[in-house]
Amino acid sequence: MLNPVLLDGQKFQITIQRLCRQLIENHNDFSNSVIIGIQPRGIYLAKRIAEELRKILPDKTIQQGDLDITFFRDDFRRPGSPLVPNQTRIDFIVEGKKVILMDDVLWTGRTIRAAMDAMLAFGRPEKVELLVLVDRRYSRHLPVAADYIGIEVDSIASQKVVVSWKETDSEDMIVLLSDVK
Amino acid sequence: MQSLSTRHLLGIKDLNKRDIELIFETADTFKDVLNRPIKKVPSLRDVTIANVFFENSTRTRLSFELAEKRLSADVINFAASSSSVSKGETLIDTVNNILAMKVDMVVMRHPYAGAGIFLSKHVKAQIVNAGDGAHEHPTQALLDAFSIREKYGEVAGKKVVIVGDILHSRVALSNILCLKHLGAEVMVCGPTTLIPKYIGSLGVKVEHNLIKALNWCDVANMLRIQLERQDIKYFPSLREYTMLYGLNKQILDSLDKEITVMHPGPINRGVEITSDVADSKQSIILDQVENGVAVRMAVLYLLAGQTQ
Repeated sequence: MLNPVLLDGQKFQITIQRLCRQLIENHNDFSNSVIIGIQPRGIYLAKRIAEELRKILPDKTIQQGDLDITFFRDDFRRPGSPLVPNQTRIDFIVEGKKVILMDDVLWTGRTIRAAMDAMLAFGRPEKVELLVLVDRRYSRHLPVAADYIGIEVDSIASQKVVVSWKETDSEDMIVLLSDVK
Repeated sequence: MQSLSTRHLLGIKDLNKRDIELIFETADTFKDVLNRPIKKVPSLRDVTIANVFFENSTRTRLSFELAEKRLSADVINFAASSSSVSKGETLIDTVNNILAMKVDMVVMRHPYAGAGIFLSKHVKAQIVNAGDGAHEHPTQALLDAFSIREKYGEVAGKKVVIVGDILHSRVALSNILCLKHLGAEVMVCGPTTLIPKYIGSLGVKVEHNLIKALNWCDVANMLRIQLERQDIKYFPSLREYTMLYGLNKQILDSLDKEITVMHPGPINRGVEITSDVADSKQSIILDQVENGVAVRMAVLYLLAGQTQ
């Protein structure tokens, strides 16, 4: 069975552009806002958004960091959980800032819960928002909702949504994989 | 998903090169965590660890305890000197009684070589060897190699000399195995009586002249004379040992290149190393202690993450 492509090419680019405009609506010149991408897959989205924002607001500073949540996961010591941490690279404090957390896919909401815990090591933010490229609806295990959404997808648990990036996978694309073991 | 190839950390002997690299990569992240305002992560919050020490220790016990607490584990401490061991209880009974209180991991130091291996065959918990007699001290070797890697970028190709009481040192054996795994060249240096006869079979060079050894090396790891393990006299006097094998500033400055000085502690200042060398900028002794916590966090995290 062919795996359907949910978004690619120009539409992908338009979605990224729309998310940037929505961010500017709420965060103006980003003087008190920071972007944090969640490791491992959310950092590409955060980098892309930050890059586009810098093009739209050339004379403004857009602060962007990577957050690793491995140690804060709730499935440690359970089969199949990843063990090896990634790098956290946050060279600013989030104390009193508006933080926009970014991840590629929002599914169960557990990653976001862990990210909020992990972020607290860097201070107490004034406000935390969530931006995701793909929102898999009706699949939440926790009461988590995104403030900015690229596309919404209705999928079942055995399916998997994969986002590929030009920088690492040669093409911007969102694919729905079926029956992933 | 990656994990260690072993369920216990009994010695460097059981680790392969990939295991050591995995521990280092994980320790890098923990070192990062330790430099944050909030130095704690919740990973091991459902794990209970017993630190069982049948021999004295300052650094290793504190370092393990801090590593466990930074990972949010529950910690109990046990020192043999203030326990029922003096009433005649056996090692297995002691540990099984501790495990009956629902303990998941045991960090043990013991005066007899192989105590950790013996225990791992008889109890259910995961065992971390924190030093067994004159056999192995794996976490010390890992933190030593990690400190060399931090200083030089990599361990491969570096020349390391281990000076002193090689015969009674568990640090020496673990260090040799670990450094060889990572591709370093290793030399041991000391009086003939304190160098084990067949140590060359481990692939290390042997040198009895300190100056020659220091001129050869990039890193000198100075060991303490373990008088408590010496049942006979191995050299005429400590003063003579210091004259022949002690590292002082004069020797350090006379070398062709700037070498790095390490010491696993505790230091006997004025015996194997003088104060001005221990406190000089070439010494990374306190970096070793700092790295010890991150490396032990990595070991505990990787072992605890293995599902039964």
